[in-house]
Amino acid sequence: MMLDAKIPEGPLAEKWNKHKFNLKLVNPANKRKYDIIVVGTGLAGASAAATLAELGYNVKAFCFQDSPRRAHSIAAQGGINAAKNYPNDGDSVYRLFYDTIKGGDYRSREGNVYRLAEVSVNIIDQCVAQGVPFAREYGGLLDNRSFGGAQVSRTFYAKGQTGQQLLLGAYSALNRQIQAGKVKMYTRSEMLDLVVVDGKAQGIVTRNLITGQVDTHSGHAVLLCTGGYGNVFYLSTNAMGSNVTAAWRAHKRGAFFANPCYTQIHPTCIPVTGDHQSKLTLMSESLRNDGRVWVPKTVELAERLRKGELKARDIKEEDRDYYLERKYPSFGNLVPRDVASRNAKQVCDEGRGVGKSGLAVYLDFADAISRLGQPAVAAKYGNLFDMYQQITDENPYQVPMRIYPAVHYTMGGLWVDYNLMTSLPGLYSLGEANFSDHGANRLGASALMQGLADGYFVIPYTVGDYLANIGPAPIDANRPEFAQTKAEVEERISKLLSLKGTKTVDEYHRDLGHIMWEYCGMSRNAEGLKKAKGMIAELRDAFWKNVIVVGENEEVNQSLEKAGRVADFLELGELMVDDALNREESCGGHFREEYQTPEGEALRNDNEFAYVAAWEFKGNNMPEVLHKEQLVFENVKLTQRSYK
Amino acid sequence: MSNFSKTFSSTLGKKLVMSLTGLFLCVFLIVHLIGNLQIFKADDGLAFNQYAHFMTHFPPIKIISYLLYLSIIVHSVWALILTRRNKAARPIGYAIKPKDGSIWSSRNMGILGTIIFIFIVVHMSNFWFKYHQGYTPFVEYQTNLKTGETTTRVLDASEFKEYVTYVDNGIQITQSEDLYKEVYTAFQQWWLVLFYVIAMAALAFHLIHGFQSAFQTLGWNHRKYFPIAKFVGLWGFGILIPLAYVAMPLYVFLTNL
Amino acid sequence: MSGHMNLTLKVWRQKNSTTPGKFVTYKANDISPDMSFLEMLDVVNEDLVKKTEDPIHFDHDCREGICGMCSLVINGEPHGPKRATTTCQLHMRSFADGDTIVIEPWRAAAFPVVKDLVTNRSAFERIQQAGGYVSISTGGVPDANEIPIPKPVADEAFSSAECIGCGACVAACKNASAMLFVSAKISQYALLPQGQPERYARAEAMVLQMDEEGFGGCTNTYACEAQCPKEIKVTNIARMNREFFNAELIKS
Repeated sequence: MMLDAKIPEGPLAEKWNKHKFNLKLVNPANKRKYDIIVVGTGLAGASAAATLAELGYNVKAFCFQDSPRRAHSIAAQGGINAAKNYPNDGDSVYRLFYDTIKGGDYRSREGNVYRLAEVSVNIIDQCVAQGVPFAREYGGLLDNRSFGGAQVSRTFYAKGQTGQQLLLGAYSALNRQIQAGKVKMYTRSEMLDLVVVDGKAQGIVTRNLITGQVDTHSGHAVLLCTGGYGNVFYLSTNAMGSNVTAAWRAHKRGAFFANPCYTQIHPTCIPVTGDHQSKLTLMSESLRNDGRVWVPKTVELAERLRKGELKARDIKEEDRDYYLERKYPSFGNLVPRDVASRNAKQVCDEGRGVGKSGLAVYLDFADAISRLGQPAVAAKYGNLFDMYQQITDENPYQVPMRIYPAVHYTMGGLWVDYNLMTSLPGLYSLGEANFSDHGANRLGASALMQGLADGYFVIPYTVGDYLANIGPAPIDANRPEFAQTKAEVEERISKLLSLKGTKTVDEYHRDLGHIMWEYCGMSRNAEGLKKAKGMIAELRDAFWKNVIVVGENEEVNQSLEKAGRVADFLELGELMVDDALNREESCGGHFREEYQTPEGEALRNDNEFAYVAAWEFKGNNMPEVLHKEQLVFENVKLTQRSYK
Repeated sequence: MSNFSKTFSSTLGKKLVMSLTGLFLCVFLIVHLIGNLQIFKADDGLAFNQYAHFMTHFPPIKIISYLLYLSIIVHSVWALILTRRNKAARPIGYAIKPKDGSIWSSRNMGILGTIIFIFIVVHMSNFWFKYHQGYTPFVEYQTNLKTGETTTRVLDASEFKEYVTYVDNGIQITQSEDLYKEVYTAFQQWWLVLFYVIAMAALAFHLIHGFQSAFQTLGWNHRKYFPIAKFVGLWGFGILIPLAYVAMPLYVFLTNL
Repeated sequence: MSGHMNLTLKVWRQKNSTTPGKFVTYKANDISPDMSFLEMLDVVNEDLVKKTEDPIHFDHDCREGICGMCSLVINGEPHGPKRATTTCQLHMRSFADGDTIVIEPWRAAAFPVVKDLVTNRSAFERIQQAGGYVSISTGGVPDANEIPIPKPVADEAFSSAECIGCGACVAACKNASAMLFVSAKISQYALLPQGQPERYARAEAMVLQMDEEGFGGCTNTYACEAQCPKEIKVTNIARMNREFFNAELIKS
């Protein structure tokens, strides 16, 4: 099968406009005859559901949380990029496009990214009109800040809670449509499978998390806005409930999964304290603007720090290695996320890590405090320092913070074309759940932008084209595929419930996380990946024999919910390893040790790997088939990133 | 009209009624106190009895007094209605009493209010009822307008027809119900004095929370002016006024030991 | 870190909304002070699952204090003893070895128990659906800088908008009143110019829906403010009252 990304012809800046004109429209009177299923109610899902309902479609929206506003978009801190150029500092749609393509290490589509930059300006207008209280200047206009090493100030923010405010905005739009009767909201409902009829997505199977009831829902189109799969690593900055199940089930029904190995490891997270740890907490990377990253120069000193014989302040200046400043004199502590993370791992692997576990590096504010004074530092980072102290019981004004990288975002996801349609007709994927816009590495403050761009400004146009083509005839929910898929879901549930082994779901999940982190984390190599592949397969077999799932289906059963999600992670993990093995180059978040420059930097191979790896599921325990979508760069020149 | 019934049947509407009646009762407390303070005048109760007469016979005050009775009843009944709703909002309580950072009085307005309500009933049946039914003793004051000297004479019920005051031969003669004496006698009973002390303490706590709370309910919590309401609520209505009220029975009781 | 703790937990267990619940005592042994409260419960649950017993169900998701899903009344206090902290951000170092900890669900008629410590907070959803939005559709909106908003106003709207809708205010209030939540939502829009066109209709609709859901009234104890993990202020309640009375008695 040939993958057609359906990127419109013509100059970059005109593609989207032209494409919008070429898309078919649905007659206004016919819109109410279409049902659209939206799974997930984060930024992408809530904005899509609200907007489609405003247009007149009947929307059924689903989330597993008790409220749409709990989706994990809510936890995004830093901000949202938009090429508004309000500060008059040289930003433009083209610059945002260029920065995003470059930041993604040239592994994303020019057409998609340009469109993202183009509609970014509309997002801000939309959110402000909804009553999102962005930060403002004294003159009453919107404030911008520079974020993630960008050279222009294009990030709009609402303190450290931008995601929350944007999600509440989208949620309010969703509420309006629920009240109007155009959206039927199903909370505490988890999608467990996709119904495919005649090669088209026509419905989903859900489990009501209160009653255990398994239901089918039909629709003319299905939109998966279900977020990323970072929890495959067990520990991540994702929410506890974040999972891949919806996307993975769709993948198994025919949707290709693209670039699964691209995961973003965020450098400034609070280190793990023990096996009990259930999730990792991110601290805004703005901390790196003033904090200096260091470890001791020698393993011996690091050991004494780990044992508690020495304190950080006891290490003399000449015994400290400010390794980012040393290796990257021009960018210093502000190197991109992937570079900062990899270097932290490297020094820890050398045995120079600090903290009890040795898996941490210092982020030191002593210089900033003596230069700016404690009040100035507190004004900038007070809430982050408080959060750090809350969690670690250490005062970062007095002792350096300990930080370590953590899984944060997954650039990979369901393959989609320019219309956000997956390889399965009628099935769309939006936001982090798709792979489309961030290439191999996502820039800070771009996740919120993409989620809302997809939901507010892309899908309302593109879904209409498909709907107009298939026509408004009702979907026949009596087709045997519905009952068949439902039966398969129920069978899987009973199978899970019949498992009464000796190991808990969390233990398997933790084991999987260890494998993924060790072999498919910040840096990977062929040998490790091959080893991991076998280990994951073994673990998966063990899981299906020896896991304990308690309780029954007809009740609230968090044990069962978790088991289903981990079972899917156990399959996804292997595909991630396959993808990482296949991609014999280093790019963005994917670092293959075999492919690095003499200085230890990521070495891309544009001749052989400037493609999207889209994987097709062929059956359980069968190797997945790789389809390559070549990336065409007509506007930007591919260069090696350098931060020296 | 349906808009009004919708408004006042809402919880906020009911709270509006509570705050307005409460503030009205607070105003009454000031007026009542000013009158009652006449008891401290060393004139054998002349000024006090004149005030009592004025309050019961001046028509505008009479109208206001009916409003007052209505306020007491509405304030109490609405409190009951709201309390019922509030109790129903949490059918199963906590095993551990919440430590919620609130002040004690704010959580116990119902109990405090009940004590005050009982007090009002006792107080009114002691004085208001007897006064209105003419069960009080009677008195005649003769004031020499030149010297200012006053003599007092107890009147028999048969001698008293109605409240009169006139000047005869340079002497101001006032015949009146002697509420002063009624009060004076009553406050020589220690248990009644104790009851008054308790009731005034309840009033103090009720108002420490209630006065400023009324402003919050009305939505008048301006950042500059709300602290004034809080100050007046605490020092004026929470401390000064109850102290002044309780000073009367204590004064009478202690000076007659 | 050293100093692991042994604790006794008294946890409310309730099979579903129709079955009466009761307290069950559990031991939580070898608890690290670095654990969050929910991680401590995870440990207890792992033990229960290994014994194929039903784990203690509680709501949680982001575990970084922003989604508003976690709850729990811990020793009589919503979100536990630490101020301005959600349960997921409460760490075990706030407790001492040998402590007995009583864990209960939010208690309110409007928040029926779903299972154990999980409650149904959909009443909050319906209140927001009643009017917690600006009636504009996607597209066709003015430029974001078209209407300047004074910084103090924007900041105040933001501080109201910080509400995470966890329901701790209801749990803390002796009347199970939802006024802090509802007023924060009404305030955000009442303050911003974008909220003006529907300002009074919104206040009316949301207040009436709040009553409809069976929450208690406000007696201004301000327990809600003291227990709110996001420190939402009761000045919001005064504003709501003002908006509602204006809506009902003056503007309509």
